[in-house]
Amino acid sequence: MMKWRFWIFLSLLSLTMLGGCLLLRVGQDKLSYNRDIRPILNRNCLSCHGGVKQSGGFSLLFPEEALAKTESGQPAIIPGDARNSELVRRLHHHDLELRMPYQAEPLPPDEIALIETWIDQGAQFETHWAYVPPRADIQPPKAQLADWNQNEVDAFILAKLQALDLTPNPEADKAALLRRLSLDLIGLPPTPAEMEAFLADSSEDAYEQQVDRLLTSPQFGEKWASHWLDLARYADSKGYEKDLYRSIWKYRDWVIQAWNEDMPFDQFTTEQLAGDLLPHPTESQYLATAFHRNTTANDEGGTNNEEFRNAAIIERVGTTFEVWQATTMACVQCHSHPYDPIRHEEFYEVMAFFNNTEDRDLYRETPNLWTYEGEKREQVEELLAWFDEHLQPEDHIQRDTFLAVQVKSLRDQLDDPHIEAEFFAESSRFIELTPPRQKSLFQIQDTSWVRYEEVDLSEIEAVTYRYSSPFSGFIEMRLGSPHGPLVSRVQVPASASINDKKRWESWTDLRAEVKTTEGKQNLFLVFHQDQHQEQELLRLDWFRLHKRAPRVDQYGPEIQQQLDSLARIEAVPTPIMRDLPPHKRRKNYLFERGNWLAHGPEVRPGLPDHLPIEQPQDSLSRHDLANWLVHPDNPLTARVFVNRIWEQLFGNGIIETVEDFGTQAAEPSHPELLDWLAVEFQTTDQWHIKALIKRLVMSATYRQASTVSEAQLAADPRNVYLSRAPRLRLSAEQIRDQILAVSELLNPKMLGPSVSPPLPEGVGRFGFGDKWFLSDSADHYRRSLYTYLKRTIPFPNQITFDGTDRTVCTSRRIRTNTPLQALALLNDEVVKEASIALAKGMLASEEQSGIAFGYYRVMLRPITEEKLHTFQEFYQRYLLYFQQESEELTALLPQETEPSPELGALTLVANSLLNLDEFLTK
Amino acid sequence: MNHHEEALFRLGKYQSRRYFLRQCMGGLGAAALGSLLTGADFASPKQPTGPGLQPHFPPTAKSVIFLHMAGAPSQLEMFDYKPVLQQYDNQPCPESLLEGKRFAFLAGVPKMMGAQTKFAQYGQSGAWVSEYLPNLAQQVDDICFLKAMHTDEFNHAPAQLFMHTGSPRLGRPSAGSWMVYGLGSENDNLPGFVVLTSGNTPSAGKSVWGSGFLPSVYQGVQCRSSGDPVLYLNNPDGISADLRKQSIDLINQINQQEYQQVGDPEILSRISQYELAFRMQSEVPEVMDISEEPEWVHEMYGTHPGKISFANNCLLARRLVEKGVRYVQLFDNAWDHHGTSEGSGVTKGLARACGNIDQPIAALLKDLKMRGLLDETLVVWGGEFGRTPMKETRSSGADYKGRDHHSDAFTMWMAGGGVKAGYTHGQTDELGYHGIEGRVHVHDLHATMLHTMGMDHERLTYEFQGRSFRLTDVHGKVVKEILR
Repeated sequence: MMKWRFWIFLSLLSLTMLGGCLLLRVGQDKLSYNRDIRPILNRNCLSCHGGVKQSGGFSLLFPEEALAKTESGQPAIIPGDARNSELVRRLHHHDLELRMPYQAEPLPPDEIALIETWIDQGAQFETHWAYVPPRADIQPPKAQLADWNQNEVDAFILAKLQALDLTPNPEADKAALLRRLSLDLIGLPPTPAEMEAFLADSSEDAYEQQVDRLLTSPQFGEKWASHWLDLARYADSKGYEKDLYRSIWKYRDWVIQAWNEDMPFDQFTTEQLAGDLLPHPTESQYLATAFHRNTTANDEGGTNNEEFRNAAIIERVGTTFEVWQATTMACVQCHSHPYDPIRHEEFYEVMAFFNNTEDRDLYRETPNLWTYEGEKREQVEELLAWFDEHLQPEDHIQRDTFLAVQVKSLRDQLDDPHIEAEFFAESSRFIELTPPRQKSLFQIQDTSWVRYEEVDLSEIEAVTYRYSSPFSGFIEMRLGSPHGPLVSRVQVPASASINDKKRWESWTDLRAEVKTTEGKQNLFLVFHQDQHQEQELLRLDWFRLHKRAPRVDQYGPEIQQQLDSLARIEAVPTPIMRDLPPHKRRKNYLFERGNWLAHGPEVRPGLPDHLPIEQPQDSLSRHDLANWLVHPDNPLTARVFVNRIWEQLFGNGIIETVEDFGTQAAEPSHPELLDWLAVEFQTTDQWHIKALIKRLVMSATYRQASTVSEAQLAADPRNVYLSRAPRLRLSAEQIRDQILAVSELLNPKMLGPSVSPPLPEGVGRFGFGDKWFLSDSADHYRRSLYTYLKRTIPFPNQITFDGTDRTVCTSRRIRTNTPLQALALLNDEVVKEASIALAKGMLASEEQSGIAFGYYRVMLRPITEEKLHTFQEFYQRYLLYFQQESEELTALLPQETEPSPELGALTLVANSLLNLDEFLTK
Repeated sequence: MNHHEEALFRLGKYQSRRYFLRQCMGGLGAAALGSLLTGADFASPKQPTGPGLQPHFPPTAKSVIFLHMAGAPSQLEMFDYKPVLQQYDNQPCPESLLEGKRFAFLAGVPKMMGAQTKFAQYGQSGAWVSEYLPNLAQQVDDICFLKAMHTDEFNHAPAQLFMHTGSPRLGRPSAGSWMVYGLGSENDNLPGFVVLTSGNTPSAGKSVWGSGFLPSVYQGVQCRSSGDPVLYLNNPDGISADLRKQSIDLINQINQQEYQQVGDPEILSRISQYELAFRMQSEVPEVMDISEEPEWVHEMYGTHPGKISFANNCLLARRLVEKGVRYVQLFDNAWDHHGTSEGSGVTKGLARACGNIDQPIAALLKDLKMRGLLDETLVVWGGEFGRTPMKETRSSGADYKGRDHHSDAFTMWMAGGGVKAGYTHGQTDELGYHGIEGRVHVHDLHATMLHTMGMDHERLTYEFQGRSFRLTDVHGKVVKEILR
């Protein structure tokens, strides 16, 4: 166990010795597979003798395969006997056709010697370090620096720095520290009042009090949700061609609240992956399962729902393993993993956990959880209480379920069942929903059909269809199949002329008889053309089944009115996970080369066995998968998560490849620290994320100044060892939110449906009737994570600053520095509005020219003499310009503003302030 | 490399500052970087080169213009002349052609449908071209046809993603992004990968010019004929170019002062980005303004300054490659000829769509040739898939003559950039249903495009999620037969 940590340490040490002398002399010591051999094999051999190909019947992926007989009948490796091992012979072979690596340069002699020695020493394989649980008894090193260390984190960091002869920076000044902390913890800068309070607080725990204040701020969840939503690939649209609206913002709010409530990470995991399988799941636990309903869906005409259902399920496997295990499971879809010990069939065993959910790429995302929001919730509760009082006992409904379920059962109990056309369970081809909000059927064509599940037809004697159509046709109602028994057929007359521009809005109600049947039925509506031969026959909004004697008729008109009021209160749908009942379970197959049409052998749900965790034997569910991920013996979950949090705060992960901890992962910079943090997170913190974050931000390492000396830059240019605080450009969200905050435009309203601030002209030319529904002006200045995220047309400002379009799980945003970013900050309309708002504040301030005021408002520290001087010089030039160019001035400032040249000049100064590098970094 | 060097290599390669300066700057011009690197003294002999700013071998093309007819044009009414299909016109499709096939909209037993237009042979090469394309027909001796293209996808969005990113799913970098990642751009002041659209945004949206897992700097930049030519390029009203110059000077002076204090070299990079932004502000509108072109050029292309049209985009494409832009992507979204309503079929609908592109594309080829640019510019034309030799079944009663999506056989063509001129590669069967010779898969097309740019598609890789990714995934063969 010690060994691999030791080698990692050695290899890291050697990184600094740029000469790269070979630390280990061949034959000097017992070789380690992980340290000495695996890198050579991964680089040179695994592409033909690994998970993808096993040329000559030889693979090095698993020890038992590597030592097994090959096609020649002989094993390639004979432990203890390098000379007679075919592997070694092939490395030396004089015939170029037989020498390995095939058609490549031969291995250098020292590498061949390493392999020979390793075989002679017994060819012992080792488990990749990340698959071995971290040791529980790691002690922080003894490293100490006077007046520097704050907690155990620092001991690990300092030990490495001292070994490298680097000295850490002293603590940053208080102003810089609070600004950094606030941006990191809540994504917003402190207010001037908060800053002044902190500067005035000389108590010993002043900093810690700020940490605690920010950790309990409701804005904490808003900041950290952005990161998790990147992993969850959360967006407000479905992707692909139509890319229509998806109502899933409740999941975003669930994430914000979970972080605010400090939900332990194991619970956070279980609820998202299997909340629906917990005993008596709550609405909140169902909402959590929307995590995996963020997969893209394809509504394009002529697509196969089963194809895209499979695509989504396959994606869920890859995403689950990237998020919780930093394991590149997606590689295993088509073949065994090229490098890591995971077999092809294991992908499909994991997929079997997910393959049993009800969702199937339907337009309206069934199954959904319906909830009432805000006041509507109270209205519904009041109405239901009213019904309790006014209904006879036999009409009372069960009240201990979700509100939307109660409303539905009450309405079905009393009234005629009303069915929204778009919530079909299945459809033929040529059935689509009207964009953008998908509330009626369109593109209904000849002999196309829709199916509704479990419709109770007892007592039903008629039906009313609400439709619109410029053509006449027929609607048939059939049972069991599109050709099943006919219970109703009606001719649908045209509701408007073909020449009428609003022909599709000519909604008309048509009543037809229904032959009475008993019980719940699979109901099919089948559509037929009449005389006219067009692509699109009619549109259908909803239909209503009429009972012979609805219960509501027993009561007075007041009950009907109240029932109608109840029906008018809109509920919000959120797609969730729910498993199919046992008799409908899907069969699971391996897909040959990942092709969903090429079924291989049948597989059962199962967990990959490269990790040392006891697996339950009986039939496994998603809940078991979640338990496996947060099992105390799972060596990856805690390591992966603490590494993500570290990366969010320090800019680089301890393992830089936060998305991959496999054998191809980057080397950890501080392996023992990573393990220590992972163990602490699971034990001391009991998976509480706030405790983990607090431990990191309380460290001296975090609190350092971010200035960098030539020596530090030369010794550690990328700041891998943290001899100074990282000076990082802020995220897309932080940049926009900070601009809104310092200009005091920010609308701090939390949660709720996504909002659509103005888009730059010409960006939102969408096809398919969708458009950018511009929000009310108050919503233009909400925090960025509430901005409507349309996948094919992501908000340009966010993408320019390395935000993602959220089509796939994104572990890391790569920070770039481009001229397009400069243009966005110089010219984006929202930055201009913020500049004017800030300039007005500067103008109103009492300080000379307001520049010092503006700088303080933006940076929360006094301006230096030198900077002030520079600003003043430019301010004078701008002033002179606007004094002469009054037309330009009126063009710059909004109409309702008094166009003073001072305000014009300050607006330019303010714009420059919002463009400063120091403002864009923490 | 021993494992220490390996670690060093990886550590260096993964998103190191220098790596990013080197790699990410490529998207917007590489030369600016040189001075920046020297100024900040980043250059180090230990720096791994990785896929750099130079080709793997001598290229035959410096730029690509990809003309994508979004919606997928019918090869059977444009280039793939099938007299035998004509004989089967209106006959029921033989069952053997339908077995095991998946279609987007065809149902039941469709009928075969012969070409809805006339064909003739042109040029010394004798290529067959339909009467829908009278101008382009005059240029066939510059063109290399790929008659037996095939793809894996038969729905628009996945097929467009496949055509541009090599994967039918979202999240992969587009071909243009790969090119700029591999080669950088030759002009500091213009984006290296420019996108021009006419008609709606293509089905797969902006993902078809996205940078996927490559840094966002490699994504295609949409340039527009109206509004800001590039997003955020225009200064707000009331801010003149001179005033903007001054405000950038101010920002950079303050940033310089900050650099003196904190020593973070990233600040120097930001300073240079602001200078670059200012230069883009003058150069982009200049190149996007076609009004200064002489009258004969407008006549040749059929262009009208200020309009959004495919013709304008063709002329812009020439201006952009002339300025050293690496990859110009045109989308014309008018090509989905199902024939489900009047005017949407392969008769009127296709004729109209062809009418919009015929003169401009012919002019583009002539113009590039005249300027000596055709030799170093690879022009690629095609849709995301082809169309069936069967008639669309959806409006069976009406006679609008449309064709469904077809992934097994379609025509694309290339011109210039080191591919054979006046040449036809590949052949479909008598019905135009399946390639019988010289089949070229989309991955092969990508491999070939990269090859002309001097890049080995197997070596242009990016480390992501623990493995090397390529434009061609694990497939693709260069179509050697069409190279000069």
